Amino acid sequence: MKSLIAVLTVIGVLVVIWYAACVPMNIKGVLTEAERAGAVVEPEGARERRNLGAFGLVAGNGFAIPATWAQARPRLPAPHQVAIELWQTTVMKKITSKRSLVHHAWVTLSATLLGFGIGTGLGILLAVGVVHSRVMDMSVMPWAIVSQTIPIIALAPMIIVVLYSIGVQGVLPKAVISAYLSFFPVVVGMVKGLRSPDMMQLDLLATYHASKPQGFWKLRLPASMPYLFTSLKIGVAASLVGAIVGELPTGAVAGLGARLLAGSYYGQTVQIWSALFMAAILAACLVGLLGVIERVTLKRMGMGS
Amino acid sequence: MVMVVFAFVLWALGWFVNVRLAEGAAARTVGVRLLVPVIFGVTILAMWELLVRGLNVPLVILPTPSMIAVRFSESTSILWVDFVQTILKGALSGYVMGALAAFGTAILVDRSDFLRRGLLPVGNFMAALPIVGTAPILVMWFGFDWHSKAAVVVVMVFFPILVNTVAGLRETSLMQRDLMQTYAASYWQGFFKLRLPAAMPFVFNGLKIATTLSLVGAIVAEFFGSPTVGMGFRISTSVGQLSLDMVWAEIVVAALAGSAFYGLVAISEKIVTFWHPSQRG
Repeated sequence: MKSLIAVLTVIGVLVVIWYAACVPMNIKGVLTEAERAGAVVEPEGARERRNLGAFGLVAGNGFAIPATWAQARPRLPAPHQVAIELWQTTVMKKITSKRSLVHHAWVTLSATLLGFGIGTGLGILLAVGVVHSRVMDMSVMPWAIVSQTIPIIALAPMIIVVLYSIGVQGVLPKAVISAYLSFFPVVVGMVKGLRSPDMMQLDLLATYHASKPQGFWKLRLPASMPYLFTSLKIGVAASLVGAIVGELPTGAVAGLGARLLAGSYYGQTVQIWSALFMAAILAACLVGLLGVIERVTLKRMGMGS
Repeated sequence: MVMVVFAFVLWALGWFVNVRLAEGAAARTVGVRLLVPVIFGVTILAMWELLVRGLNVPLVILPTPSMIAVRFSESTSILWVDFVQTILKGALSGYVMGALAAFGTAILVDRSDFLRRGLLPVGNFMAALPIVGTAPILVMWFGFDWHSKAAVVVVMVFFPILVNTVAGLRETSLMQRDLMQTYAASYWQGFFKLRLPAAMPFVFNGLKIATTLSLVGAIVAEFFGSPTVGMGFRISTSVGQLSLDMVWAEIVVAALAGSAFYGLVAISEKIVTFWHPSQRG
């Protein structure tokens, strides 16, 4: 309860800061528009104003402050503008419409989930291989760890173009990037998890004369679950970023990345912000969902707190 | 066809050598530990080269490692300029600014229990978001040059470092803090002599996560607009011209820069937190 109040206070303060920041950010555009509409602006003429700081302009033109929160194409849209745009493009539009943000979010989400599924599956398989084979461990693991330090997302444009040129298009190229980004965190986390049973526990299984598969299913796999969920949460966030970035280089027409790009081309800042918030909501839902699954699973396994 | 067969023979050979090394008596020595992944990597590269040539994969779509190496050595001047623009100006300056800002905020947050309760969940939430998406906005605000890229990097690295530092500053036990109090240590004495050193492993964890993020941020931000220089710019235009060997050369640079950056942070971690159990032995 105390934490909830604190979080709400922090969010409230952030919103207030956001509103306040809109004023100096947008004042120049507002004044230009106001002058064109015939209002008296201090000082007159765009050229005189250019040399003045934003705060000086605000001080001289107090009447223009409300207008900074209601521009059509502001440099920084006010929170309520973004909220209204989000509401209009999600709830008020039909989902099938090209302008519906739900439609765009679904395009990105489908690529994310497909890629996340592929990446996680392959990652777990490789981790199982690494744990059971010394050669694979020594050959592959150093590269898997090094690959986490390099910005693999730089490969995204090329993967899209190469796959396109061999005839693969649509959701799959983006899913490949997503899979690729979620693959390595899962491998590293899962290897750590499968190795987490200590010597004592492994010895106990040996005294039970347990076979290797039995040891895997009854000890290693259950013990790896907390580690798996931690890396799944990292992986799903990375998958979403991958799907969004995968939409950038091809000039895709649908998807959150496409909305971001189109918004930045046409100066539609409200559209950019709403796409950004949609992406944030999506990421929060995915991570939150995994968190719930994690809690339920661990509880049923007797590991929950 | 000969090349394809040769590729698989080579693969079998490499694997056989690795099996012998890994199961052999010398498996735990440093040399073998380094040698095995190197053999694996070299085998992969050789397979790539042979399969691409043997199966007549169009070289435009998938250049061979040798072509990439040639392109790399031919265009070192371009690559260097791009490296300076994206890594040194964009990523590194943003990284330093973001880390300092996060560190300052963490110290402020740490002084108030209320702020910590409120900011930590928000920070944790923000750290999981696709912050790269702010790139188009920041490019709009700060222009096409490296300033906007540095801004993206600042936003990207801020939250992981903040969350880790705040968690680290909580790391000391009540007993230790009580001891400082019995010494009549002031807040800052306790901070510098006890809590800051104890927080360092956490801080470095955040800093290490942030190295990769900073490169990602700087490169992806260039996809939204950049001057005619920079790694992200070069990648997106080279992809457009289908000169994929250039793209691969840039990726090699990104990989080298990323590993070097991470390595530097890891080495400083080793120096600063030499006392920590994970660094000993």
